[in-house]
Amino acid sequence: MLSKKELFSRGMFDIAPHMLSVIPFGIICGAIGVDLGFNPYLVYAMSIIIFGGASQIVFLQLLSGGASSLVAVTSVGVINSRHLLYGAVLSEYLEKLSFIRKLLISYVVVDQGFAESNKFFKKNKTEQFLHYHLLGTGITMWVCWQIATLSGIILGSFVPEELGLKFAIPLTFIAIVVQDLKKIDHVIVMLVCGISSLLFFEAPFKSYILISPVIALFVAALLLRLKK
Amino acid sequence: MTWLSITIAGILTYFTRMTMIALVRRDLLGEKIKAVLAYVPSAVFPAIIFPAIFINDYGAYIEMSDPKIFGALVAIIVGYFSRNVIATIFSGLLSYWIIIFVFLS
Repeated sequence: MLSKKELFSRGMFDIAPHMLSVIPFGIICGAIGVDLGFNPYLVYAMSIIIFGGASQIVFLQLLSGGASSLVAVTSVGVINSRHLLYGAVLSEYLEKLSFIRKLLISYVVVDQGFAESNKFFKKNKTEQFLHYHLLGTGITMWVCWQIATLSGIILGSFVPEELGLKFAIPLTFIAIVVQDLKKIDHVIVMLVCGISSLLFFEAPFKSYILISPVIALFVAALLLRLKK
Repeated sequence: MTWLSITIAGILTYFTRMTMIALVRRDLLGEKIKAVLAYVPSAVFPAIIFPAIFINDYGAYIEMSDPKIFGALVAIIVGYFSRNVIATIFSGLLSYWIIIFVFLS
């Protein structure tokens, strides 16, 4: 049995490598918001109120491009709807928590944190304080995201654009799924999702990010049926 | 107005995070759904990976010769064998930089 502190540190340790992409991305996000002409306080408040990487940029870009608030808000909701799937997966491990704790821990569920904690949970189902791992990944992400976006807002885009550091984002997610390439069913699901995302990229409200996983999960269900 | 929109967007986002964890009882999900949920990472993350590689800042598909494709392939190979996140990200960035700064400059 690992202690709460050990699990928390393990979560921090597991998420740390992803900061290589999260921190430059946060700086870029903060800098873009100010470049688009928004009030710096407003740009920063988004990191606390929304706390959702790409959706924050999309929101500001839509508004500055003349889209209505309704379109901007809807897009954020659609982009972030993928958390519903993360929650559905994580709920198995968080069942025993009190309602208040569930409400609190939900705030720090993010892509990379979900991915790393889910991997850890699958291997350590019997641990009693599993949620401390999720707190470790989530709080690390939160703190780094606050510092990174704030630096971008205050210092401007001090990360040279020529470096193309936005490219680190797909790389961080490649690192998350790459081991599943060993399994043919997962490869099929990934390809279906990826190709769908390119086909539906122009769909309104950035809904490709919701449509593609739905199609991919449908294919996963078919594959499961075939396997039997 | 913008502040109000951000607040609503924040509440919406929080609900996407909280609903399945706090409001939906796990028992409501059948065994079949649980089995499908095991595919969630593979079914979600490529929707972030593919557009970030194959579609440029202007919403157009990139050329097959784009350095991002090469960088992504290097990252996949290094990641597959090293099982290391830092090595995956760094090898992808480095191979991308080598192409854009050494070969294309």
